This record gives sequence, C-alpha cells and structure tokens, in this order.
Amino acid sequence: MDENEDQIFKALQQDLGKHPVEAYRDEIGVVKKSASYSLSCVGKWMAPTKGRIPLLFFPASGEVLPEPLGLALIFVSWNFPIVLALDPLIGAISAGNAVVLKPSELAPACSSFLANTIPLYLDSNAIKVVEGGTDIAEQLLQQKWDKIFFTGSQRVGKIVMSAAAKHLTPVTLELGGKCPIILDSLSNPSEIKVAAKRIAGAKWGPCSGQACIAIDYVLVEHKFASTLIEYLKKTINRFYGENPKTLKNLSKIINKHQFERLRNIIEDPAVAASVVHGGSLDEKNLIIEPTILLNPPLDSEIMTAEIFGPLLPIITLTNIQDSIEFINSRPKPLALYAFTKNGAFKQRILTETSSGSLTFNDAMPQFVCDSLPFGGVGQSGFGRYHGKYSFDTFSHEKAVLHRSFFLELEARYPPWNDFKLQFIRFAYKFDYLRLVLLLMSHKLKGIFTSGHQD
Amino acid sequence: MPWTTLNNFLLLSLDPVIGAIAAGNTVVLKPSEIAPATSSMLAKLLEEYTDNSAIRVVEGAVAETSALLEQKWDKIFYTGSGRIGRIVMSAAAKHLTPVILELGGKCPAVVDIDVDLQVAVRRIIAGKWACCNGQACIAPDYLITTKAFAAKLIDALILELKVFFGDDPMESKDISRIVNLYHFTRLSKLIDDYKVSDKIVLGGQRNENQLKIAPTILLDVPEDSLIMEEEIFGPILPILTVENFEDSFAVINSRSKPLAAYLFTNNEELKKDFVKNISSGGMVINDTILHVTVSGLPFGGVGESGMGSYHGKFSFDSFSHKKAVLYRSFEGDSSTRYPPYTPGKLKLLKALISGNIFSIIRVLIGKSDD
Repeated sequence: MDENEDQIFKALQQDLGKHPVEAYRDEIGVVKKSASYSLSCVGKWMAPTKGRIPLLFFPASGEVLPEPLGLALIFVSWNFPIVLALDPLIGAISAGNAVVLKPSELAPACSSFLANTIPLYLDSNAIKVVEGGTDIAEQLLQQKWDKIFFTGSQRVGKIVMSAAAKHLTPVTLELGGKCPIILDSLSNPSEIKVAAKRIAGAKWGPCSGQACIAIDYVLVEHKFASTLIEYLKKTINRFYGENPKTLKNLSKIINKHQFERLRNIIEDPAVAASVVHGGSLDEKNLIIEPTILLNPPLDSEIMTAEIFGPLLPIITLTNIQDSIEFINSRPKPLALYAFTKNGAFKQRILTETSSGSLTFNDAMPQFVCDSLPFGGVGQSGFGRYHGKYSFDTFSHEKAVLHRSFFLELEARYPPWNDFKLQFIRFAYKFDYLRLVLLLMSHKLKGIFTSGHQD
Repeated sequence: MPWTTLNNFLLLSLDPVIGAIAAGNTVVLKPSEIAPATSSMLAKLLEEYTDNSAIRVVEGAVAETSALLEQKWDKIFYTGSGRIGRIVMSAAAKHLTPVILELGGKCPAVVDIDVDLQVAVRRIIAGKWACCNGQACIAPDYLITTKAFAAKLIDALILELKVFFGDDPMESKDISRIVNLYHFTRLSKLIDDYKVSDKIVLGGQRNENQLKIAPTILLDVPEDSLIMEEEIFGPILPILTVENFEDSFAVINSRSKPLAAYLFTNNEELKKDFVKNISSGGMVINDTILHVTVSGLPFGGVGESGMGSYHGKFSFDSFSHKKAVLYRSFEGDSSTRYPPYTPGKLKLLKALISGNIFSIIRVLIGKSDD
C-alpha cells in the first residue's frame, strides 16, 4: 500500500474520478488500518478457546479450534475496488485460506492494478487474481469453493448463492439496500450544521453516493424540512463548489449505463418536479450534481430501488416517531442512521427496527471500526466481516473434545433398563446429588440381589 | 421403539427450536414424515405447550416441504442429507435467506493399538449401534486401524456387542430398528455388494418384516465398494487397515470433510497431529458422539458435512443477527473527513492511520516532514 500509493490514486482517479483524499480516507487508509490490526491480533484469534465441559464427563477437556475453510473466492464490486478487494482478502489470509480474487471489470484500472501488483507481494501459489467479466465470473462459480465472499447487488447475490448451493459452499453476501437516515428536529444551529455536514459527507462523499452504506433518503418532520434543505445547500456549496459546471471533489458515475439509469430516475416527471436543489447532469464527464428532492412519489423508482448515486430524497413525516413504521414497512437496510438527542426515541429505534448496523448521530464511520461487525440482514445480505469477524467468516470452528479411558459411565450403554433411564434423566439436569443417591441405592440393591445388576 | 430412537428425532427437532426461541424468533417446525409417530406427537405437544401464534408445526412430506421452501423465511435450519441440503440452499437463494445445514458424511474412527481396548470398543458401540442403530449423522461410519491390530479389535467388538445386545441381536429389545423399507433395502444392497460379500466378519442377518439388521462388521473393504462411497447410516461397520497411523490421515483427507472424526489413542503426538491434520465438523479423542451433548462446543459441519453450527450459545447466535450499533455525539467533528480536499488533509489522514501521535501533532502544527 505504501509503495504503490500513487498508482492506486491514479487507478481510482481513472475509474471513478476519486480525489486522493477521498481515496485515502475510504480505501487506502482502511486497508492499512485493517492489515495492521489483523497482524497484531491474528495470534490471539488463532488460539483455541476453551469449551466448558460438564463435570459428568470428568476427566475431559474441550476446545474450539479455528481452522481455514480452504479455498475462498472473493468477488469485488466496482465502487470501492481497492478496499472491497483487500479488506476481505486480509480476513481470508489471516484465517489461513488460499484465495482467488475476482475484481470488477467495471473498474478496469483498479482491476489491472490488483492483478499486476498482488503477485509481486503475495505468494502466487496461494493468492490469485482472476480478471474478467460476467463470463469469467460464471465459470468461476461453477467450480467448487470452500467459501464465497460476494460484495454487490441482490440480483447477482442470488445467482452466487444458487451456484454455491450446488457444492454446499457457505457464502457471505454483502449487499445493499436503501439506507435511511432519521433526522429529528434539532434546535441548536451548531448541531444542525454538524448534522448537515455528516449527511452531505455520507451521501456525496463516498464515491458520489455509489456506496452500499451511503445515505439513500432522509426522513424528517414537515416543519424541519426547509431548515435541513437550507443547511444542506450551504454545505454542498462549500464542499463541492457553487457552479454546477465546475464541481470539485466529487467522484464520477462509474459508467454510461449507470449514468443513464440515474438520469431516468430523475427525469421521471413526477420526480423531476420534486427537485429542490441540483439536478444538472454532465454527460461528458459522467458527473451528476448533488441533488436534493423533496417528497418524490413513494411509488417512483427513486423510492422503490436503491439509488446508488448522488440523488437525495427527503421524505417528510408529521411526527418523527412515524419513521420507525416507515422503515419497518420496507426491506431491512444495510445501515440505518439516526440523528437525535432524544434518549427514548433512540431506544425505540434500537429495539424496534432491524438493520445491518445502526449509527447514532453520524453516518459511515461504522465501516472503519474493527470491533464492529459489518454486514447485512434480510435483503441487505448475511454474514459479517471486519477485524475478528473477518477472521471468523473465513474460519471453521472445529469442536474438539478430549476424553481419557479412565472412568466409565455404565448408564450410557445397553442393555437398557429403568435405572439407566433414570440416571440419564438426572445427568441431563446435571443433578449430581440425585445421581449419587441413585448410584448408591442401585449398588445396595445390587448387593441384596447377589450382584445381579441388570 | 427403544427410547434412543425417539430421543434422536426429538433432539433434532426440538434443540434448534430452543435456539430459535431463545433468540426471539417465531418458528415453523417441519418434522420428518419418515418418523410419523414422532411427527404427530410433536405437532400435538408443541401446540399444547407453546404459543401457537409464534410456534407452528407443519406436518407433511415432499409436497408440503416444497411449498414451505417457496416461502420467504429469515432463516432456514435443515438437518438431513447433502442432496436435500442443496435443494434447500438453492430455494433459500431466491429469497437471500441464510441457511444452516446440518448434514452428515462418513465419520471415521481411528483406533490405535495402545488403547484400553474394552473401553474403546464399548464407546464405539455406544456411538454406532446404541445410538439409533447407526442411523445418526455423527455415528462412526468406518474404523481405521493397523493390519496387525484388526483381529484383536474385532474380537473385542464381538465380545462387547454380546454383553450389550445378547447372543442374538435380532431378538434384542435394546437396539433400534431401521426406520423404513427404503433404508432397509438400501442397507441390504451395501451388504450384498459383491465387492464386500467375502469381507463380513460379523452379522449380516436381516429380517425384512421387522426391519431389523444385526450389527454387521466388515474387514478390509475396497475403497471403491458401495459401502465406502456413501454415508452408511445404519448398523454396518467397515474396518479399513493401514500400515501405520499416519497413513490414516491420507485415507480420511482423500474423502470429503466429515461431520465428526474420532481417535482412540494414548499417544499424545498422534492426538496433536490428528487435531491439526484432519478437518471435520467436530472431533472427539477417546470417545464417540459425546461432543453433541456439550453445550459449550459448537455442533456443525464443514464442507460436505454442512455449514453453520448450534448448541448452547452457538444456537442463540445462529438464530440472531448481530447488529453493530455506533453511538456518536455532535461534538468533535473533524473537517478532515469533508471536502474541499487539501494536501494538508491527506497528510493528517495518513498520520491518523499510522496511529503515531507525534506525526499527528507534527501535521497539526504544520511541521510535517513528508
């Protein structure tokens, strides 16, 4: 990462127009942090953990031993082509797997950077990069893997899992979804300013909204909408410039196809009518201006599909508490954000909604916390990674029970009788006192029936 | 029916339900139609004892199962064969439903020559014939020992089987029967395979009307015989022989990863190598199947023997989503995160990632050296 920093900057600039600071914040920095964290912890992660064994089995010991699953296949998506390749790779290697990495052909500069650079630093017998498009991906999916880790869309996620089922391969699916943000009506102007910055940062900052955890839409009360829009406009102007022809610090839309998809969304007449800021499109440079929409129709594509671009719908509610019902009537998102100072409301959001992750009063930084699992639930995917969770995702936890030949429990063995049934009943309750009493009475009975115990 | 059989079906149906309820889920339980008495008893009892708005039992066979699989579930937990496991996972893929597959496989048991033979043999019998007559996913499927030791091992097995099931095991009330005619026929074929017909050293008796098969032991069956190609799931126990115990690793590793692997030995080195070189769902040294009762150990397969694990806390985890929650305050907002991007911000980010407090200070006071 150190020796090739400039190359990575260049590749990301070429594929996505990412500014080096954005590239460092969202990709290079995350990989470096993740690698050094794993290096410092991997010894601890590999160590077997003790499994508690009931006294009944004495003498015995139990342990849970993590072992590599074997050969892992990692599919990378195009929006964060470096970090979404190398972060799972760190997990797979730390857990001891061999890996085939399939970068996205839609970010060709990054794909070829990975294919050319990884063999210079990592053992090519264990780590291979396979470049290519859909046909190559399909061929890879026909092989038998011990683990498939996929970052991408729900549609392709289903294809990956169906293919994995043929070989009983476990999968981790990192998908997306519409990540909402609940914004309570804040009163303190400095807090509104911070909220606006964090919302703008988490909408247009990461790859121009082309991120699975980017804010998809905002839920606010009617009365707070105009304040929010005003603050957001100011923030946009400061971050990206006032003139839509000379926008700075914004990633471009990955390709013509995605650009057209977003154009169609926004050119739906009912949606176009709801634009309150932005909306200009620069087809030549594939740049779309940060765009805010107020109450676009809920049945239009912008509110039924994941936006994955720099369009931000604001949906207003009479009471911010209604946001919980609004969110729960839709598929579970990968991330949920809530800006509020109301403790009771926080508690409601925490317990009454379900999402991959939940962040209060900020957006995005949950991605860089090694101690927090990153992954979806429901339609946003399953399985999790980051830090120790990455290691676990690529490991099999082998249960090992050690016994000695000493001490036998006769009740385990046939021929069966009432005494043995009674013994096992008490044993499963771990009722040692009754077990002893039972054994004693059995022994006495045995003596009186001249040793005939069965 | 001896209670062990009953216990088996009960265990597989109710144990995951306990985990699902503990984690706060609602559950639809589909018992196996192959054990109809147990199935209808479960349906009746669960209705009587648990909340019917949260826990339902759906009885039925293939048609009902297929209809269930078409629905959208938040989790599917399946115990059974690899063939059906694949169908379950494919169906789950349509709705992106996570699955736990508890499958089987051929679980090997390696028996060293230095063991307390009587104890070892009793524990093998307990795991094989005394546990649903071998119809258990963690029953020892085949044994591996040395050529020289095989005869002693077989003598001991024969002796202890007599103690457990009497002179005529076909008359014993302490051994489960084969679950149905389909499986009886399947098992008969394994014994009748011409490649193993001269390898039977014990048993082989069958009674089709009573669905009974006597404990059957075969010695030195060829690797390409039917019995070594599929999970036996019945009272037949083939014994493979090797020159030395290190060779057993290659025998086991040449097959798909089993749900459980067993080793009987007093040799500490061999124990260590076995644990290190064999990959299996679970592993027991000097006993069989006991790990299934230990709630402190995860129970589940790897590779062809399944994915996901349960028991104790592991069951709870299997039926839970671990939601990451991050609490932040409005204070302490750093402009470094936000555009407009400047070279100074890049330097600060690098210093922050490096975690070196002195570099961070140097950048902040504008005395950067890179």
